[in-house]
Amino acid sequence: MIIDMPNLELALPEIFVLGMTCAVLIIDLFLKDKNRIITYLLAQLTLLGAVLITYSQIGSPSTTGFSGSFIRDPMGDILKIFIYVITATVFLYSRDYLRARGQFKGEYYALGLFGVLGMMIMVSAHSFLTVYLGLELLSLSLYSMVALNRDSEVSTEAAMKYFVLGAIASGMLLYGMSMIYGITGSLNVVEIGAYINKNGTSNIILDFGLVFIVVGLAFKLGAVPFHMWVPDIYHGAQTSVTLYIGTAPKIAAFAIIMRILVDGMEALHTDWQQMLTILAVLSLAIGNIVAIAQTNIKRMLAYSTISHVGFLLLGIISARPDGYSASMFYVLVYALMSVGSFGMIILLSRSGFEADTLDDFKGLNERSKWYAFMMLLLMFSMAGVPPTVGFFAKLWVIEAVLNADTDMTWLAITAVLFSVVGAFYYIRLVKIMYFDKPEDDSAITPDVDLKVVISANGILMLALGVYPGALMSICQSVIQ
Amino acid sequence: MSLEKIIFYLFATILVLAALRVITSRNPVHSALYLVLCFFSSAALWILLQAEFLAITLVLVYVGAVMVLFLFVVMMLNINLDVMREGFIKYLPIGITVALISVLEMGIVITGNFTLDKFPAPARKAVDYSNTEAIGNVLYTEYLFSFEIAAVLLLVAIVAAIALTMRKRPNTRSQNPSEQVLVKKSDRLHIVKMDAEEKQS
Repeated sequence: MIIDMPNLELALPEIFVLGMTCAVLIIDLFLKDKNRIITYLLAQLTLLGAVLITYSQIGSPSTTGFSGSFIRDPMGDILKIFIYVITATVFLYSRDYLRARGQFKGEYYALGLFGVLGMMIMVSAHSFLTVYLGLELLSLSLYSMVALNRDSEVSTEAAMKYFVLGAIASGMLLYGMSMIYGITGSLNVVEIGAYINKNGTSNIILDFGLVFIVVGLAFKLGAVPFHMWVPDIYHGAQTSVTLYIGTAPKIAAFAIIMRILVDGMEALHTDWQQMLTILAVLSLAIGNIVAIAQTNIKRMLAYSTISHVGFLLLGIISARPDGYSASMFYVLVYALMSVGSFGMIILLSRSGFEADTLDDFKGLNERSKWYAFMMLLLMFSMAGVPPTVGFFAKLWVIEAVLNADTDMTWLAITAVLFSVVGAFYYIRLVKIMYFDKPEDDSAITPDVDLKVVISANGILMLALGVYPGALMSICQSVIQ
Repeated sequence: MSLEKIIFYLFATILVLAALRVITSRNPVHSALYLVLCFFSSAALWILLQAEFLAITLVLVYVGAVMVLFLFVVMMLNINLDVMREGFIKYLPIGITVALISVLEMGIVITGNFTLDKFPAPARKAVDYSNTEAIGNVLYTEYLFSFEIAAVLLLVAIVAAIALTMRKRPNTRSQNPSEQVLVKKSDRLHIVKMDAEEKQS
């Protein structure tokens, strides 16, 4: 028989990242602890190389490869570039934090890069099998990154909870996929879509499979009522790992929702619209209300993540291209805000001290006017206060809901109400920073690169808020 | 009822009962043995589906290699399950209720919708049909990408397992054979020259 050589060029970024990660693993083996910085630099180099390769592929029309299990398209390219950049920022923020705690090890970077590979595979997945394998690759890296801090009981417990709940979620997802496979006889996203279009949506087993898939996705995203793990894992993991979990994987989760629900099963949209509506409303409510009661800032940001997931789902609920691009804009902006906020916790932490309670932010303005201002921009953006980009992200998602084919005005009103509730706890943090007396007067002395990047991160919130059009037009052009 | 159906129900019943015993038996060694029975019954079901290659692989790899290793580990670790099972009885009623309701609901949806008139049974393969060859034809071609990701997944599992369990203990007194072999006389033996002492008379 004649075997066609698969078009390897399509997966060039994946191949590059995999090759470099294996190289990092091996080189790290021969390094002494004082030279560990080489591992870090190689990890950053890998991400830089991946950005360049993916950037060079932008503009070419979307192509599927590897017998239809892989797709390279403009949406994937943009999402991947954001994943690289966010992960590079995560690595940079966590470098000094890890070093101060004696955790500056090669495994953090190797597992982090494997996680990036998993996210890339999720973004480019074009069959249920690839979606699942990419998701498992990411999850396995995340579980072990949480557990890496072995001597801490809290981290070990968090890793255990994450592992068990993650396994249940994967089981749900697989069961749903097997039902859809049983009906359509295919794992390929396009073939499933074609089958549903041809044979109609009346088969109840399709809905049955869909329910399990939505439950699995909601578990992974952390949408209410499948959110129980989020606060515990965000709190239990080291801040360097929370930083990783809370940012780039959300972009990948958005991508698999697009691939499975929109590309694969858009014909069933009246069904998943209802399911996602329940998830979104509950997430907005529980996320925003429970966050008010938190005194630990990592837990507070975990509940804020849950409420942001609610917003992310709103755009998809509209089941229109402008809703999808609003959601994409939202998730990209969310990843940037979130990396900045967790970065600020890292900035204020030092050897043997975690700045993870609200009290640690007291009087930040007196300690450093500039960092207080950066945190103010990040919090305003999370809350959706107008000059910052968070406002436009929320605005466009809500606009998409209002434009939806069915009347969903009540949903838009609910979203606005809960984001007003949410504004309370973000602005409370700003009040604590500006009007309370500092309890801790130690100077904040980050390295130059950390200082530059975290400042850029904060200013970006304002800059994108003043010129949101550029990023939005990218999001619109890649989703037709 | 045809013979094939009887065999199917026999193995399916054994499978479900064994799976139940895996989670309910008090002794972890028994659980592991019941898991062996589970794998074995599923292998039998796969043979009924004409997937001989997969069935044999399941027996060889899982029953033969993985489970034996598993048994060894379970026996060596001497886990006290009684501590882990605290609250098992307490949560049992609610667990059973939830499980029963879910199974009932799922049963209602699935029965009658996967019937033979909606989805005709796949045609029987000829006697000389080799599904080993069929898998060989697609594994490295059509499923190349998935296959490679699965390989990376295993690599991550190895990295994670080593990173989580390897500890350097500085105070252990371990031997270094290569240094022991290379040892020279001068490392161990000190010859101290001393003047002979005169015998006091």
